[in-house]
Amino acid sequence: MTAGERRRVVITGIGVTAPGGFGTKSFWDLLTDGRTATRRISLFDASTFRSQIAAEVDFDAELSGLTPQEIRRMDRAAQFAVVTAREAVADSGLEFAALDPYRTGVTIGSAVGATMSLDQEYRTVSDDGRLELVDYAYAVPHLYNHLVPSSFATEVAWAVGAEGPATVVSTGCTSGLDAIGYAAEILREGSADVMVAGATDAPISPITVACFDAIQATTPRNDDPAHASRPFDASRNGFVLGEGAAVFVLEELGRARARGAKIYAEVAGHASRSNAFHMTGLRPDGKEMAEAIRVALDEAGVNGTEIDYINAHGSGTKQNDRHETAAFKRSLGEHARRTPVSSIKSMVGHSLGAIGSIEVAASVLAITHDVVPPTANLPNPAPESDQAYVPLTARDHKTDVVLSVGSGFGGFQSAVVLTNPFRSGQ
Amino acid sequence: MTAPGTTVVTGLGVAAPTGLGLDAYWRATLAGHNGIGRITRFDPSSYPARLAGEITGFNAEDHLPSRLLPQTDRMTRIALVSADWAFADAGVVPGELPDYDVGVITASHSGGFEFGQNELKALWSKGGQYVSAYQSFAWFYAVNSGQISIRNGLRGPSSVVVSDQAGGLDAVAQARRQIRKGTRLVISGAVDASICPWGWVAQLAGGRLSGGDDPGSAYLPFDERARGHVPGEGGALLVLEDAEHARARGAAKIYGEIAGYASTVDPKPGSGRIPGLHKAIELALADAGAEPAEIDVVFADAAGIPELDRVEAEAITAVFGAHGVPVTAPKTMTGRLYSGAAPLDLAAAFLSLRDGVIPPTIGSSAAADYRLDLVTDAPRPAVLRTALVLARGAGGFNSAMVVRGTPETH
Repeated sequence: MTAGERRRVVITGIGVTAPGGFGTKSFWDLLTDGRTATRRISLFDASTFRSQIAAEVDFDAELSGLTPQEIRRMDRAAQFAVVTAREAVADSGLEFAALDPYRTGVTIGSAVGATMSLDQEYRTVSDDGRLELVDYAYAVPHLYNHLVPSSFATEVAWAVGAEGPATVVSTGCTSGLDAIGYAAEILREGSADVMVAGATDAPISPITVACFDAIQATTPRNDDPAHASRPFDASRNGFVLGEGAAVFVLEELGRARARGAKIYAEVAGHASRSNAFHMTGLRPDGKEMAEAIRVALDEAGVNGTEIDYINAHGSGTKQNDRHETAAFKRSLGEHARRTPVSSIKSMVGHSLGAIGSIEVAASVLAITHDVVPPTANLPNPAPESDQAYVPLTARDHKTDVVLSVGSGFGGFQSAVVLTNPFRSGQ
Repeated sequence: MTAPGTTVVTGLGVAAPTGLGLDAYWRATLAGHNGIGRITRFDPSSYPARLAGEITGFNAEDHLPSRLLPQTDRMTRIALVSADWAFADAGVVPGELPDYDVGVITASHSGGFEFGQNELKALWSKGGQYVSAYQSFAWFYAVNSGQISIRNGLRGPSSVVVSDQAGGLDAVAQARRQIRKGTRLVISGAVDASICPWGWVAQLAGGRLSGGDDPGSAYLPFDERARGHVPGEGGALLVLEDAEHARARGAAKIYGEIAGYASTVDPKPGSGRIPGLHKAIELALADAGAEPAEIDVVFADAAGIPELDRVEAEAITAVFGAHGVPVTAPKTMTGRLYSGAAPLDLAAAFLSLRDGVIPPTIGSSAAADYRLDLVTDAPRPAVLRTALVLARGAGGFNSAMVVRGTPETH
């Protein structure tokens, strides 16, 4: 098959579980209102840690429709994934029971897997670290599910009745973009007709907070949680941890059209490159992210000047801002400065592997509504941050082509291009 | 001639309980050496399983700069060295290839779990401020791809998949996708190691570990006496290249081709639907354009759990007929290496194709009603062109990969 004939992949269902609300609609309302969901950590007592804030999901597993057995065997991140996948499936209007199960697959991104459960279970079996030879008799029966996060993909597959290709993609903080790219490739090569793809993470646990404290990656702005996540602002000093999930139903375009599906957007391009530089550091020149953007645009058949909105990684660290700004300028030239750019991490925090998919959801909704979400907490952009950041308030803006990017520990740099397949000229 | 877009394997780096390095591993495998023994890394007497396939004689400081040691788990150190060996075997200095032309795609099972255990201990016994600055990445699933990319200057497509013990094949398949899209070379596969008390307890909870104390009879897939598996550590990394690129650079050897692949996941327990392994085999054969009769040997997943052995035996006989194809499980010598197991089986498959010999399954005698032609006791010489490698993971992952040897290397 030549590039011109390749199968086109579209999003026909969306589910979001994000801080500050429940479901896709409340997520979009939060973003377009410019509200922030960052607060003091309530999931555990964080008073002894350097960073004591996070963007938490007010999640009630039972109210979300999970059964007692599902709740018992699943980590919080798996619970998010299943609940969110069910929302996406319902939204798609696709009758999954009528599909060929072998032609339906699942790709779930997660950076840190079942961290919360592992942290908790370790406490018990080791008696708070007293026992080097941890006590098997105190292990919960589903500990193996937490050991290997591919259980997230299994749970979603069971929930939607998929028996085709299933896996977890775990590329640190680009997992949520890469899972969608992975699923799109499976659809394009013809190994499945429908993919349920997205990402989840629930990292707000003592071990995660401690490990980011150790490298001062998270902000210590504990006295003002609502204004703590400040991407591109002169006073930014680290990211705010988040949690959540976003899951999509992906289908081949012709198939979606034939069934009269509501088509949100096309997953037109994806690329990931490595900086081969440092496990946590970013080079200021943004070279590898620029290359990922270039390749993703090329795959999408989109010129950089057609980009209407850039959904930034915008984590709220100085090194990210420098790196990302350089990458946009290197790949898009003058167009980078003209194009609205925003970081929703200012509102929903940085949910590690999940955020890429949550940002794809924001990007897709921007296309649907022709509204660009803002960057909250940005009264004074840093001098080197000289792009159009849509500060504080959402903006009405015709949006047909969106670039969403991410950077992850491990050196991963990823870019996804989402388009309105019905835009003029198509 | 190979078709355009063909993905070939030009380098192998292996680390196994039976041998470090390709030659040592292969010699031990053909000799039927058993690498399983009582755990030495910690005192296993209080646990209901006490055997593992441990790698012995691996000294990271002999191979890696000292600055890497405090920031890496054991599995990452073994992976970095295996990657070095794979590139050396391929005759490739990756830094000499153009930027973005080389990627790394690995599978992981449980990340750097021993590193994570130590930091959890520091957190809960002493306090958050005692957690290592390296914890943020040393334990997570993406660490091996990240560290391999940094050590070797790999800026191409990079990824990590987790599908329990099937993930190793899924990683190689993803590498093939990237080569088909234009990346020249991808190093892929997996190395796992989590033989620490915390990892052991988590694995025990999976309910699949053998409780036996005799290394010769603890892991007996397809045998009437099968009662679980023995875990091990290690795996393999493979240098995959576009065939044209390999030829253009004058690659010294081409082990063969990744010819076909498919994966499925089992239905939810209790659904009444059949497991997906049979379908994965059929789809992988179709992807390779291969008839069942073309498959000369099957490297089995070999769960060592009666129900799972039965599912695999039925899938194999459904496709190939009763006693229709030689089946082997050299992992009986190493234990199951989690995500590293299938890449090691791929390496073994390519060496089998090269040498015209099927390595044995040790210890097991196949139960008669499985109707398998299990290669036991000694290596079996055979004319081999095409092999099928199977891998399954807890939760119902099924992956199947068809590989073909390269006739001109015979």
